[in-house]
Amino acid sequence: MNPGMEGTPPRILVVLPAYQEERSIGGLVRSLRERFPYDVLVVNDGSSDRTADTAREAGAIVLDLPCNLGIGGAVQTAFLFARDRGYNAVVRIDGDGQHEVEDIPKVLEPILAGRADASIGSRFLGEAGYRGSIPRIFGIRFFRLLVNLTTGYRVTDPTSGFFAINRPLIEFYSHHYPSDYPEVDAYILMHRLKSRAVEVPVRMYERAEGKSSITTYRAVYYMVKVTLSYLINCLRRFG
Amino acid sequence: MTRVTLFSICASTALLLYILEMVRRRRLREEYSILWLAGSVVILVLSLKQDWLISIAKTAGIAYPPSFLFLVGILFILLILIHFSIAISKLHQMNKKMAQEIALMKNRQGKKTDE
Repeated sequence: MNPGMEGTPPRILVVLPAYQEERSIGGLVRSLRERFPYDVLVVNDGSSDRTADTAREAGAIVLDLPCNLGIGGAVQTAFLFARDRGYNAVVRIDGDGQHEVEDIPKVLEPILAGRADASIGSRFLGEAGYRGSIPRIFGIRFFRLLVNLTTGYRVTDPTSGFFAINRPLIEFYSHHYPSDYPEVDAYILMHRLKSRAVEVPVRMYERAEGKSSITTYRAVYYMVKVTLSYLINCLRRFG
Repeated sequence: MTRVTLFSICASTALLLYILEMVRRRRLREEYSILWLAGSVVILVLSLKQDWLISIAKTAGIAYPPSFLFLVGILFILLILIHFSIAISKLHQMNKKMAQEIALMKNRQGKKTDE
């Protein structure tokens, strides 16, 4: 992976952004800590329930945001933490149990092997038949088209929040990370950085507890906002 | 002098004095007062100098000169609103950075008290 890192095992941070997830976060953190030797970081995005305490009791490092920043701002806080503490790779998964933790090694593998800068879990690759609501599937199709037309990436699941990134991307994202719905935007950033992005098949489930951040009536706003910031990102300079 | 120009003289004078008083009392920061002051001064001058207003309106092809005053007013309001949107975005960015920094600091602090 990174030059000069041979010999020492890579330091890996699993990041779970969480908002009002007190019922699912504890079990999720425990199962991560039982299975993997990685540090687990929960970013509590201004929850009013016991999300932070539950995560801490389960053995996670907790970053407690004083107010709700939205998913992008919360995940960026984790990148700042990972940058400052010298982690070599970050795996980001949902804090609500939608992503299969058993698939983490599969997502990490291209990063640890040095084959990619970003490795994104796709619910559409392999035999992992994903069923979602019609507006969600429509949105995913739309963004897939947008990403595939404007970048060279062959993407199947552009809105996936299950991914791993290496040190250079951690450093870049700690400065520039989209605020609201970051995953689609991230493709333009990676394209501009000439990052190597690969997709790996993963399993995703419908939510067990709590509410999705994307309800049907907000889908239109989501589409407009992401398309706008995506196209504007095409015009930006990054340095 | 038409009634609409008399009205615009009174309104722009009142606005000008109000903004100046707010800045004097530090209730309004200078940087946010500039566009308000500029707008009210332009409208006041054009209301007092009827012949300037008429010749500008004629050049711009506006049949009823006082409606040029409305145009100026609307343009300044637009500028002020854009200025506010930019200021809000800047505050949003600062607010986000501060929240992130607080979260990182709380984590460091918690570790110290554990030891």
